[in-house]
Amino acid sequence: MAKVAILFDAFRCTGCRGCQVACKQWNDLPAEVTHNTGSYQNPPRVSADTWLVMQFREVENGDDGVAWAFGRHACMHCLHPACVSACPVGALYKTDEGPVLYRDDRCIGCRYCMLACPFEIPTFQWGDGLFEGAEIKKCTFCIDRLSAGMEPACVHTCPSGALMYGERDELIAVAEARIREHPERYLDHVYGKDEAGGTSLLYISPVPFEELGMPELGSAPIQEDTEDIMTKATPAVLVGMLIGLGGIYWVVRRRQEMMVKKGGSGRSGDRGASS
Amino acid sequence: MIGRIALRRPPISPAWVVLGGLIVLAFVVAMIRYANGLGAVSNLNDNTAWGLWITFDLLCGVALASGAFITASIVYLFGGEKYRPLLRPAILTGFLGYLMVIVALLVDLGHPERIWYLIIFWNPHSVMFEVGWCVMLYTFVLALEFSPLVFERFGMEAPRRLIHTLIIPLAIAGATLSTLHQSSLGSLYVILPDQLHEVWHTPLLPLMFWLTAVAVGPAMVILESIISSRVFRRGLELDLLGGLARVIPFVLAAYIAVKIGDLAGSGELGLLTEWDLESGLFWLEIMGFVLLPMVLFSLPAVRQSRAWLLFSALLVVSGVILSRFAVGLIAIDKPEFAASYVPHPLEFAVTIGVVSAGIVAFGLVARYLPLFTEYAGSPAEE
Repeated sequence: MAKVAILFDAFRCTGCRGCQVACKQWNDLPAEVTHNTGSYQNPPRVSADTWLVMQFREVENGDDGVAWAFGRHACMHCLHPACVSACPVGALYKTDEGPVLYRDDRCIGCRYCMLACPFEIPTFQWGDGLFEGAEIKKCTFCIDRLSAGMEPACVHTCPSGALMYGERDELIAVAEARIREHPERYLDHVYGKDEAGGTSLLYISPVPFEELGMPELGSAPIQEDTEDIMTKATPAVLVGMLIGLGGIYWVVRRRQEMMVKKGGSGRSGDRGASS
Repeated sequence: MIGRIALRRPPISPAWVVLGGLIVLAFVVAMIRYANGLGAVSNLNDNTAWGLWITFDLLCGVALASGAFITASIVYLFGGEKYRPLLRPAILTGFLGYLMVIVALLVDLGHPERIWYLIIFWNPHSVMFEVGWCVMLYTFVLALEFSPLVFERFGMEAPRRLIHTLIIPLAIAGATLSTLHQSSLGSLYVILPDQLHEVWHTPLLPLMFWLTAVAVGPAMVILESIISSRVFRRGLELDLLGGLARVIPFVLAAYIAVKIGDLAGSGELGLLTEWDLESGLFWLEIMGFVLLPMVLFSLPAVRQSRAWLLFSALLVVSGVILSRFAVGLIAIDKPEFAASYVPHPLEFAVTIGVVSAGIVAFGLVARYLPLFTEYAGSPAEE
């Protein structure tokens, strides 16, 4: 099946936060108690109760002073998700269609996914004890809507066309066409096409992506080194240690036996003889 | 079974009361955490998912428990039979260390009742998967290596003999499992190429974690021997500790070589002169807690002095703790919307309570099981 994706066009975004509200409504997420942090951005980041937060940034705009830049902070549904690689029990998994999903009945709550994610996306239910069962929470790409043939709630509600849902290849073509058509509007870069091995969320923007709160990432998957360590170095160390230690033991014991035979001091103990 | 030292002390001393109180406090905090969630007793949050418990109880705890596999390897595999008097306390320290790690994890995990899911749900790509399996298996190995004390105490000859015949495979398995998970605790942080500061992030983190664990193993044996000789008023195997200490400078030298070589190799040596928090920690570790103990342990005068051995061992232990905190907590970059993390007092309460339980357990074993063998300058008979 074709890979699904969402294109976010920061030039078209008006910062209305309709997507943020639609996300909470569709997923039936409770309200959060928040504080004024001196910005329209509220709450300050994604949490177990808010899976999509619009970031409000002020960007230096040459002669005009400052301009708003709106960033979209939610799961990027990576093509090679670090959270999936990090999860020891496979509670997080990547579907063939693209969404990265979570099995709440498998999670042991180690929270390594939260550490591994370069976008700071997985969040935890800090206020839930053993009886409520604390879970990891994050955007599901509205998998329930997709399987009913609908588009994600955030895309559906966006009034300015800043969000677009479709096949990943087609959306990359759309994004590149917009940049070609209006080079004065956009930086010549589709964020998420290659970042961290590619993501299902594609961003185009008039301001540098760091201004939207996106991390600067290379094109290699985040977990490239750890997976090398796990699949190559670890088996080699395992076999090497077993053979090496066994070999050392055998050589040491041989030498001690020879010394005893030669009438050596015999201070090397009686372990060899008794086993 | 000759010559076990009889330890006679008053049954209840003030120290026991204090330790008991700390354990009860930690237990109460754990109950609140199970009822009301991690947020109720900790400052952990979505920006700082791992805090004091993972950094100290897990990272430092596992590293400081490495004396068991180092001593077992020396005695059983490398022909260091004369070090046998140090073995049982080292095994016990390691065994208790791992039990403490597991108890702390049971507080930290979101679903402690599912910890056994590691056995049935596999993701071999996850470093955490390897850590979990190795800690689980090695704790079992340590339990078997410790079991002869129980069997001896209750005169169970058959199981004692069984363990005795298995002791070499157990030692090999223990050293292999230890190498794997001591290093993979470092690998855990390799997945943070963009968040962990360049001075501390490297694909060689597993090698560095393993080397420091190897160096701190003998240091912990020295520490534990000197302290227990005072507390339990028994003799001290000073010449053995001095012998053990000779290993440390070589391991520390290898660690420095890997650390500097890694930064040189990736062209990041310049970062060390930026004098920010991360490079400052680097210099503090290298100068104060690696080079200094390396020189000290190389001096025969130091190796023959109880006080100097203790001081130098403490330096190595402090260095390992510093490096684990640097990688696990301090040098990890947080997003700009993140609040800073300072451990909640109740987080300290859990950590202190778990350590207290370890100390109490050590005292109980020393009192009721044949832990210390008599030592008179020659190997005790096993």
